[in-house]
Amino acid sequence: MPMREAGGQKLWQRRTGRESLFHWVLWLIGIAIFAYCWQQISEATTWFFVWDAPRIAGDIWDRATPPKWEYITQLGEPIWDTLNIATLGTIIALLLAVPVAFLAARNTTPSRVFIRPIALLIIVSTRSINSLIWALLLIAIIGPGVFAGVVAIAIRSIGFCAKLLYEAIEEIDQTQVEAITATGASRWQVMAYGILPQIMPAFAGIAVFRWDINIRESTVLGLVGAGGIGLQLSASLNVLAWPQVSLILLVILMAVVISEWVSAKVRGAII
Amino acid sequence: MSTELAAIVGKPWKKPPFVQRPWLRWALMIGFAAYLVAAFLTIDVNWSRVYEGLERGKQFVLAFTSPDFTSRSGDIWDGMLESVIMTVAASVVGIAISIPIALGAARNIAPLPIYLICRSIIAVSRALQEIIVAILLVAIFGFGPLAGFLTLSFATIGFLSKLLAEDIESMDRVQAEAIKASGAKWSQWINYGVQPQVMPRLIGLSMYRIDINFRESAILGLVGAGGIGATLNTAFDRYEYDTAAAILLIIIGVVMALEYLSGIIRERVQ
Repeated sequence: MPMREAGGQKLWQRRTGRESLFHWVLWLIGIAIFAYCWQQISEATTWFFVWDAPRIAGDIWDRATPPKWEYITQLGEPIWDTLNIATLGTIIALLLAVPVAFLAARNTTPSRVFIRPIALLIIVSTRSINSLIWALLLIAIIGPGVFAGVVAIAIRSIGFCAKLLYEAIEEIDQTQVEAITATGASRWQVMAYGILPQIMPAFAGIAVFRWDINIRESTVLGLVGAGGIGLQLSASLNVLAWPQVSLILLVILMAVVISEWVSAKVRGAII
Repeated sequence: MSTELAAIVGKPWKKPPFVQRPWLRWALMIGFAAYLVAAFLTIDVNWSRVYEGLERGKQFVLAFTSPDFTSRSGDIWDGMLESVIMTVAASVVGIAISIPIALGAARNIAPLPIYLICRSIIAVSRALQEIIVAILLVAIFGFGPLAGFLTLSFATIGFLSKLLAEDIESMDRVQAEAIKASGAKWSQWINYGVQPQVMPRLIGLSMYRIDINFRESAILGLVGAGGIGATLNTAFDRYEYDTAAAILLIIIGVVMALEYLSGIIRERVQ
């Protein structure tokens, strides 16, 4: 432990002189980077708009209140589409994520050298690209609409589900698997009776968790044209129909709160 | 197995069903199946359009074998730099703001009124998606990275404060009380009793949030809030798949690098 002599008394210090110098330099570099970033942002900003922001915000608020309640009759179908995009997307993603997870888990993959890296690459690349970008891409390929939204959500969710699932597979209790193997079970029987029962709770939890996230993501997919309530949002924004925008935002907020409540209930029942 | 033996051993074991009441179980299953059918039927897929699109899909996949980093390198570089700058600035500001809010949202530290205020800040920040916040902020502050920076900072608060507050609530009381018993002031109590216990978690969560902020910054450009998203959107609009592929590869690369880096940093602090 670093000590320092001061007036004949030993004083405890957290770090040695050299270490604390190093820490100060690190802080200095960090602050310099932040200052540079801030300077770049402020250069790209029209500050007149920022000083004017309170007035604009107040103006928007005045226009947006009260919400146009009659418009809600036109939101039934978009909400139904949004729900479908999230649910079907989650189901497809889970179907695809299960094999990927088994190929990625160290204890179940057929080959750690060749197949595991490929599975991990699928996981990373689907996870790191936002569903809006997937939607943009799919709209260019298969045209706008709900179908593109479902596929976008499905692809985006594969990585997330497979990552959590393969971590669950790697954490299973190996003795149970050995017990099943010792009875002379085939590879598939070991899978069905040794591994699956152990990861079922994790699987159900992941499914509900991702469904909840997907409800949120599918509400904005329409901004790029992939169906759901986001289409109404972007249409209303384009014509500056603020009372409609505020109603749509309220509906989205309700959908998010309800889905969170449902997923909390279901997870409580499973775990 | 002979019938006599079966009678002696009794019925074979069967897994108990997840939902105990049979009628409820069947109602749930039938209801879910009916919903799935209804959901599938309402999606009308224009298969001829999909078929036409397959060619473009093939081109896009092929573009990954020859990504074009050069012809739009200026735009890519500017967009990427802006994304990184937004990520760094927003993470620093967001984390700095979320620490006091997390302290306020931990029931074992904060008095009830402060607790309720901080919890409602967290709830609002978590309920609104980044892209919707970005739309509103662009409308208020104008186009550019400032709106993106504010969006990401705002989203960081909800994420980090919530998880950090939960960690503070589950900390070891004894250590904190020992510091208090030595006559420490409130600030000393937080600094020596609470902070060392939650620091590794704070660093881990911050790294994770930087990762998320970078990924989000890649889409904020779609609504005009700065970053690489705008460049990506133009590339898709012009069907320049090789440029789009290059951008996506860069994003994946940066995310992988961040994940690797955060793994190293988390290992060192924990």
